Amino acid sequence: MNTSVPNMTKSEAETSTPILEMRNITKTFPGVKALSNVTFQVAKGEIHSLCGENGAGKSTLMKVLSGVYPFGDYSGDIVFNGAVQKFKGISDSEEVGIAIIYQELALVPEMTVYENIFLGNEIKTNGFMVDWNETIKRASAALKKVKLDVNPATKIKDLGVGKQQLVEIAKALNKNVKVLILDEPTAALNEDDSKNLLNLMRDLRKNGITCIIISHKLKEVVEIADSVTILRDGQTVCTLSAKKGEVSEHDLIKHMVGREIDNIYPKRDRKGADEVVLEVRNWNAYDPNLGRNVLKNMNFNIKKGEIVGFAGLMGAGRTELAKSLFGNPDGYKITGEMLVKKQKANFTHPQHAIAAGLAYVSEDRKGNGLILIQDIKQNITLANLWEIANQMGVVNGNAEVKIANEYRTSINIKTPSVEQRVSNLSGGNQQKVSIAKWLFTKPSVLILDEPTRGIDVGAKFEIYTLMNKLIAQGMSIIMISSELPEVLGMSDRVYVVSEGRITGELPIEKATQENIMKLATS
Amino acid sequence: MSFAQNLQKVLRENIREYGMFIALFVIITFFAFTTKGIFISSRNMANLFNQTGYIAVLAVGMTLVIVIRHIDLSVGFLAGFLGALAALAMKSGVPAIVVIPIVLALGVVGGVITAIPVAELGVPSFVTSLAGFMIYRGAILLVTMGTGTIIITDPFFNAIGNGYIPDLPIKIIPGVHQVTLLLGLAAIGLFIWSELNDRKQKQAYNFEVLTQDMFVLKLVFVSILIGAVTWVLAGYNGLSWTVVIVLIVVAIYHFITTQTVLGRHIYAVGGNPEAAQLSGINVKRIFYIVFGSMGMLSGLSGILFASRLKSATTTAGTSWELDAIAAAYVGGVSAAGGVGKVTGSIIGALVMMSLNSGMNLMSIDISAQYIVRGVVLAGAVIFDVMTRRSGK
Repeated sequence: MNTSVPNMTKSEAETSTPILEMRNITKTFPGVKALSNVTFQVAKGEIHSLCGENGAGKSTLMKVLSGVYPFGDYSGDIVFNGAVQKFKGISDSEEVGIAIIYQELALVPEMTVYENIFLGNEIKTNGFMVDWNETIKRASAALKKVKLDVNPATKIKDLGVGKQQLVEIAKALNKNVKVLILDEPTAALNEDDSKNLLNLMRDLRKNGITCIIISHKLKEVVEIADSVTILRDGQTVCTLSAKKGEVSEHDLIKHMVGREIDNIYPKRDRKGADEVVLEVRNWNAYDPNLGRNVLKNMNFNIKKGEIVGFAGLMGAGRTELAKSLFGNPDGYKITGEMLVKKQKANFTHPQHAIAAGLAYVSEDRKGNGLILIQDIKQNITLANLWEIANQMGVVNGNAEVKIANEYRTSINIKTPSVEQRVSNLSGGNQQKVSIAKWLFTKPSVLILDEPTRGIDVGAKFEIYTLMNKLIAQGMSIIMISSELPEVLGMSDRVYVVSEGRITGELPIEKATQENIMKLATS
Repeated sequence: MSFAQNLQKVLRENIREYGMFIALFVIITFFAFTTKGIFISSRNMANLFNQTGYIAVLAVGMTLVIVIRHIDLSVGFLAGFLGALAALAMKSGVPAIVVIPIVLALGVVGGVITAIPVAELGVPSFVTSLAGFMIYRGAILLVTMGTGTIIITDPFFNAIGNGYIPDLPIKIIPGVHQVTLLLGLAAIGLFIWSELNDRKQKQAYNFEVLTQDMFVLKLVFVSILIGAVTWVLAGYNGLSWTVVIVLIVVAIYHFITTQTVLGRHIYAVGGNPEAAQLSGINVKRIFYIVFGSMGMLSGLSGILFASRLKSATTTAGTSWELDAIAAAYVGGVSAAGGVGKVTGSIIGALVMMSLNSGMNLMSIDISAQYIVRGVVLAGAVIFDVMTRRSGK
C-alpha cells in the first residue's frame, strides 16, 4: 500500500505550492473499500491528470472532493488553499471555487445558453426579478472566455456535444472557479473539438486556473498534463511529473495495470474470407424527426469470420446505420436492399433482426444497452429469454443463473455474484455484460458500436481477445469505432463513413491513420 | 452470532421488504386496542377483506401500469360504468354467467383504447386516461339516467360480493368454518414446502440463505400469520368469494410477473424502454397487454362492487383510481419505473382499507380520516425512498 507519494521528488513538492491536498482519504461503501488512504496533491495553476483503470477510484475521489460525499462520509482531510475543508454538499465546494464537470453534462436541453450559464446563480434586480438583459450580456462575455461563438439565445439541444461542454465550462468559470475538474471531457468529442478543449485548458492555465482532468485517452494526458497521479484499486500508485514528455503512454499503462502490456491488440491469424454473410445495397435512410437523409446510398458487405471496421467522425451516421440494419427502432424511412446469408431481409423490429442472427451492442450501454436497476443475470438473458423458458413462457430461474455464471467465467465479468445489480459494476464490466447479453442470442453478425468507449486498458484487451475468439468460431463482427488505433489494430477491412456516405473501403494493409482521416473528412 | 444479533441483521437488511408488513401489523394492533377488540373480531375482519376486494384488484393492475412508467386515471369510472352495464344487462334478463365474461372483455377493450394513443403516438397516458375518466364518468350518468340506482336481483351475481364458500356437511368443530380452516392449513403447508424447496435450491447453487434460526423464525411467523387470519375468518362465515377471487388474481399476477417471459418483458420495459426495444421486445405490445389487463381488472372491480351493493349506483367508481394508485405506492412501487411487486400493492391496499375501517369504528370524523390517510401515504413513500437509498 502506498500512503506516501514515492515518485514525486522533494524539490517539486517544495517549489510548487499545493492549492489542493487530499490526505489519507478512505471511503467505504457497504462491502467495498473504494478508496484506501489516497493521497492527492495538486499544485496551483497546473493541469493535473488523474489516471487509472475503471473502478480504480477516480470518480469516487472527485466526488469526495466536490462534496457529493459529504464530510463525515469519508475519513481523511481535504486541504484547500491552506485550510481544512468540510464540505457538506456541492454548494460548499463551489463556494470555495471547486467546480466539477461530469461526463454526462448537467445542462437543461430546452433552455437557452444564457439561461443555463446562470442557472441557480441568476442575476436579480429588486431581489427577485431576473435581469435578462444583464444576464445575456454577461453570458456573452462568459462565452468569449471559452472562445465559443454562438448566439447565447440558442437552445442547448441545438448545440453539438463539444459546444455544450464549452457552455458547461463557461458556467463554471462564471462562478469564479479556482479548480476545475473535468471528468472524461473528450470522451464524446471528435478530434477537432478535443483539440479545442485542450487548447482552452492551456488558456485557463495561463489565467491561473488549476485543472484536474480525468481521461482514458492517454495520448491527451501525455500531451497536456503537467503532472499525473495514478490510482489503482483505490490506492495512489504514484504521482509523476509530466512536463515536456517526461512520461510516455507506455509508462502510464504500466502503472495503471501494474504489469507490462506489450501489444494491446492481440494477434490473430488473418485468413482470407469469401463467404458473404451480410450485404447491403443502395441503402438510404430518411429520418423524419430530423427531416433529412441520414444515410445515403451505402453499399458494403461483411464476410464470414472477419472484423470489419467502420471508421469515421462522431455523427458521421455509423450508429444510425447500425440501427437501420437492426430492425430500425427509430423509424427511419429506408430504401435499399439488405441480404442476410443471401436471404432478402426486411426487418421492421429489432426482434426480426435478432431472429435472423444479428446482434447490436449499443454505444450507449447505460442509455439503451442495459437495464441498470436489474441484475446481471436478468440483463444477460433479456434478449433471448425464450431460450430458457418452456412453451408456456415460464422462465427457468436455475438455468438462468447457470448461463449467467458461464458467461461470467468465460468473459471474466468481475463480480461476487450474477445477482449483483448492473448499476454497481464498473464501465468495463458493464460492457462485458452488454456483450454477454448479445452473445447469448447466438448471433452470426455481431455489431459492436464503440465497444471500448470509456473502459480501461485491461478490459479493452480482454474485449479484443474475445473478439478474436469469436471470429475464430466463425462469427462476423462489424466494429464501429472512433478510435483510429483500435480500427487499425483490430479490423480486417475498413469502411470509412462521412456524412452518411461510405467514402472509402480500405483493406487493412492500405489503411493508415492519415488515409482514414482524409476519407472521414471528405 | 446470537439469535438477537441475527434478527437485528435480517430486519435491517430487509427493512424495505418487511416494512409494509410491520406497518400493517402496527396498524392492526393499534386499532385492536382503540376499538377494544372489535377491529380484530371475525365479523369486522371479514368485512374489511370484502371491502378491500374491489380496490385490491385495481391496485394489482395499477402496479403493472406504474411499473411501465405510466398511469391510468380512467379505471375508477370505467369500473363503475362496467358495473352499471352489467346491472342493466341482468335487468333485461341476460344471465350473470354470460354478463361477467362480456364485462371483463369490454374492460380489456376499454384499456386497449386508452393505450392506443399512448403506444402509437406517444401521447402521455395521464392525458388519455384523464379523457377516459371524463368519458366514463359521463357514461355512468348516461346509463343510470332513467332509473338512478339499478337494483340487481341475480342471486349468483350477488353472491360474488356477499357469499361465502360452502362448508362441510358434517360439523366436527362447532362454531368454525371447517373448509376455511383446512384451506388455511393447506396454505401453511404449501408455504413451508415452497420455502424449503427454494432454500434447498439456493444452497445447491451456493447462494446466501437465511441462517437456520432466522429461517425457522420466518416459517413460524408467516405460518402463525396465515393461521391467525384463517382462524379469524373461520370464526365468522369463512372465506368469502371476494377473498377467493382476489387471492386467485394475486396468485396469477404474482406468477406472471415473477416467473414468466411476459413478466420479465414488462419489468424490462419499465426499467429501460430503449434497451427493451433494442433487445427485441415489442414495447407497444407490452403497453397493450398491461393496459388491457388493467381494463379487465377494472371490469372485475366493477363486478365486485356492484355485487356487494346488489346494485349499480351513479357514484360508483369515484376516486377508486386514486385509492388504487395510493395502494400501489404504499406497497413500494416506484414511479421511476421497473420496480414494484403485485403482492406489495395488496398489502398497500390492506393498509389503506384498515385505516378506513379502524377509524370508522373509532367514529373519527371523515375530515380527519382523509388527513390521516394522506399522512400515511406520504410517510410510506418517504420511508420507501429512504430505505432504497440507504440500500444502495
